[in-house]
Amino acid sequence: MASEAVAERRSAGHRLAGLFHGRERLQVGALLAGPVGWLVIGYLGSLALLLVAAFWSVDPLSGATIKEFTLENFEALVNEPVYRDIIWRTVRTALLVTLTDAVIAFPIAFYMAKLASRRGKALLVIGILLPLWSSYLVKVYAWRTLLSANGAINWALEPIGLHGPGYGITAVWLVMSYLWLPYMILPIYAGLERIPNSLISASEDLGASPFTTFRRVILPLSFPAVVAGSIFTFSLTLGDYITPRLVSNDQFIGNVIFSNVANNQPFAAALAIVPIVVTIAYLLVARRLGAFEHV
Amino acid sequence: MRLSRRSRWLLRAAVAVGLAFIYVPLIVIVIYAFNSSKILEWPPPSFTTHWFTQAFKNEAAREAFFTSLKAGVAATAIALTLGTLASLAVARHRFFGRETISFLVILPIALPGIVTGVAISNTFTQVLEVPLSLFTVIVGHATFCIVIVYNNAVARLRRLSDSFEEASADLGAHTWQTFRYVTFPGMRSALIAGGLLAFALSFDEIIVTNFTIGAGEQTLPIWIYSNLFRPHELPIVNAVAVLVILISIIPVYLAHRLGAEEGGATGGRGAGGGVETEATAVP
Amino acid sequence: MRRRDGNPARTAWLVVAGLVVFMLALAGCGGGGSDTTGGGSSDEALQKLGKGEGEVSLISWAGYVEPGWSKPFEKKTGCKVNNKEAGTSDEMVELMKTGQYDGVSASGNATARLVAAGLVAPVNTDLVPNYKTVFSDLKDQPYNTFEGVNYGIPHGRGANLLMWNGDDVKPAPDSWDVMFDPKIASKYKGKISVYDESSYIADAAMYLKYHQPDLGIENPYELNEEQFNAAIDLLKEQSANVGEYWSEAAKQISAFAGGDVTVGTTWQYQYFALKEEGVPVQASPASQGFLPKEGATGWSDTWMIAKNAEHPNCMYEWMNWIIEPKVNAEVAEWFGEAPAQELACKETENKNFCAEYHAEEPDFWKRVYYWETPLADCGNGEEDCKDYNDWVKAWTTIKG
Repeated sequence: MASEAVAERRSAGHRLAGLFHGRERLQVGALLAGPVGWLVIGYLGSLALLLVAAFWSVDPLSGATIKEFTLENFEALVNEPVYRDIIWRTVRTALLVTLTDAVIAFPIAFYMAKLASRRGKALLVIGILLPLWSSYLVKVYAWRTLLSANGAINWALEPIGLHGPGYGITAVWLVMSYLWLPYMILPIYAGLERIPNSLISASEDLGASPFTTFRRVILPLSFPAVVAGSIFTFSLTLGDYITPRLVSNDQFIGNVIFSNVANNQPFAAALAIVPIVVTIAYLLVARRLGAFEHV
Repeated sequence: MRLSRRSRWLLRAAVAVGLAFIYVPLIVIVIYAFNSSKILEWPPPSFTTHWFTQAFKNEAAREAFFTSLKAGVAATAIALTLGTLASLAVARHRFFGRETISFLVILPIALPGIVTGVAISNTFTQVLEVPLSLFTVIVGHATFCIVIVYNNAVARLRRLSDSFEEASADLGAHTWQTFRYVTFPGMRSALIAGGLLAFALSFDEIIVTNFTIGAGEQTLPIWIYSNLFRPHELPIVNAVAVLVILISIIPVYLAHRLGAEEGGATGGRGAGGGVETEATAVP
Repeated sequence: MRRRDGNPARTAWLVVAGLVVFMLALAGCGGGGSDTTGGGSSDEALQKLGKGEGEVSLISWAGYVEPGWSKPFEKKTGCKVNNKEAGTSDEMVELMKTGQYDGVSASGNATARLVAAGLVAPVNTDLVPNYKTVFSDLKDQPYNTFEGVNYGIPHGRGANLLMWNGDDVKPAPDSWDVMFDPKIASKYKGKISVYDESSYIADAAMYLKYHQPDLGIENPYELNEEQFNAAIDLLKEQSANVGEYWSEAAKQISAFAGGDVTVGTTWQYQYFALKEEGVPVQASPASQGFLPKEGATGWSDTWMIAKNAEHPNCMYEWMNWIIEPKVNAEVAEWFGEAPAQELACKETENKNFCAEYHAEEPDFWKRVYYWETPLADCGNGEEDCKDYNDWVKAWTTIKG
């Protein structure tokens, strides 16, 4: 009787499973068909279609795309110095923000991983995650009002004779560092957690000062996690155009793409190639440094 | 770890300063939400809960909230499916191009949002001739949410020894049964954590949404953006933001608890138990 | 079960190579999406007005579509109004390209482009009864009539204002010097507010027309290389003093209210909003015709209907409604512009409104340079004027 029941259930599901059994390639293929199809055909395909327009041009009056091969967009990018300035400004800010966040995040992540009690850890994790749920726009706007001439920062600093940074590139750096900080804290925290306490104890037993332990044991082991966090701080800063718009007059790559995407899509596509190349280069370096094991 | 008293206190101070940095602007938002002045003077002349009642009554805000919920749930569902499938392939098999999958999956979120948004929007409107709508928004969101689920799932699968699955197969279970009774329960909390983070990301996303949404609809971030600069609506926006933060304490707490209960079957390396690290495998 | 892993770097390069080949193939063959090419005047305007479709989707400037007159419209016609506010003409063209809107309140630097791109259809003015009594110097103008075919219904017109905070800027300026002359502008360094669109180059050109007549600038939208470069240089000089480039009206309001800027170019909409908030702003007075001595750039806006609009009947109802005398009067007074409807002058609350805004004086508007689309073929016989693409590219370099 039991075997009959089992024999009955050897239909659809079981037989299908049998089809896959032992056939690794079929299994992998079936698993990957969805995600890879979506990402390669759907996403990468869309990107390719967009970027191909970089080799076209646009009619100035009707805005219609002239689908003839031309390199004029790239020539414009290379010849006009303003684009170099904008690109460098964006990359520089992205690097600064990454550095700033790494420096602020590390002590916090270290405390969370190694020194906090169980309860403290839990509270801190929730505490770091909660701001991620508040609207990005509202946070940036809050900074805009904070930085305003009559805003809270000046209100607090003026009595001691100081002055807030106001709007500008400093504001952008400040706000972006603020926005992406949780994205840096969490991977570093995860990475530090993975370092067995026994290693640290061993280092101390061998006579290393806390600073040496930090420098020669903790830092190298947690570095890939820092790089993992930096992927987000770097790429999110590189592509953002809303924050520069709200707290400064400075143009970032995203702003220039945005102002061209409606009326001169070929040129916008050519512009877009720059952050794509920069980001992919960054990702490749990050992978080399082991970040992808920690993301 | 042995640290001098001074170092400990310095570290505590650094943490306090860091947390202050994170929370002061949020506190400012909360204060503004109660600010009775319409043009949001600082310091606030007096306080009121008027804006909160206005927020509840605001039809556009309510609709936008539910639209965001719908988009988030759908996008998360897709991301969960695709992310889990990809993670199973990567963590449990070896094949040509395996290393590239991690790279591929992170691209939609690493590349500038404007590029992703315009690319997807163009493909829909020009190539497929599909009008923009909530559907196109969901497709966009799902695309960059896959990585969040994927990372959490892969991290978990790497800690779950596959000997359990082999044992299950040895005992006569076929592929689906093994997945259903062995693999999935082990992954479940990581998936839930990943799903919640993916939902959070979708809920708050503005740039890709801006390019993929149809004319008649608004997600909450779109509603916020269109009202940010209207002097009469801005205080309501702050109130809405505060409400969203309050409501979101629930899923954040849930994500954390579910992550923390995972302790047992991992056979994990890594430092002491306590908080599960995948719940924090970040977007 | 463990197979060869394959060379990961090789996979990646294979995928990239494949995509590059795909892209180049597309680029070469010109494949890809469909693009609308000029529809021109061969399109048919609506012949007969039918029943309302229940809805109409509009793109408009801030303050053009307000509940004060859109709600009565909905009641009267049953057409629910979905309104999307845009901050610049560029944004409006972009939104129209999505094909999801029925109509747009387009300024002259958008109308020509919309027509050339085949995004709008001609308007049958017989179906718009209130059109008969629109001011005659607004009819059949180069910005709303193309190749003899009418493409829109006038909304109203106005000049861009010079606005300043009366407490901070003294003496009260009567010239755009305060924004362009380095000696004066540097006094307000970081506090100047400039409109963030390439059309602002015309403001610099207009300033130069007055102050450097030997450049020979006639129409600030028709600039040859020399004139164009002079304007660009002036704007680059100005950008050192600029505190904010604004593209959303409300953003400028919050900047003036917060004290971040104290002088700038603006529209009446912001001026009235700030006065209501109690901010001590002032603008060029009526005695000067609201204009600084060099004149001003401005706009004459036209409601246009999308080609293949989903709700054409409701759109025609809207176009007729917006120039209904009572409505146009309300619209004009709310925003602070001259109405397009002659009969509106009797309906304004302020009996002197039309006089103050020179609604009935065609000569006055000769000092206002309506937004226009710059074209290479600018009628000087040489076809060497800078075109729209040049203006947009230049604007990026000005902001730096």
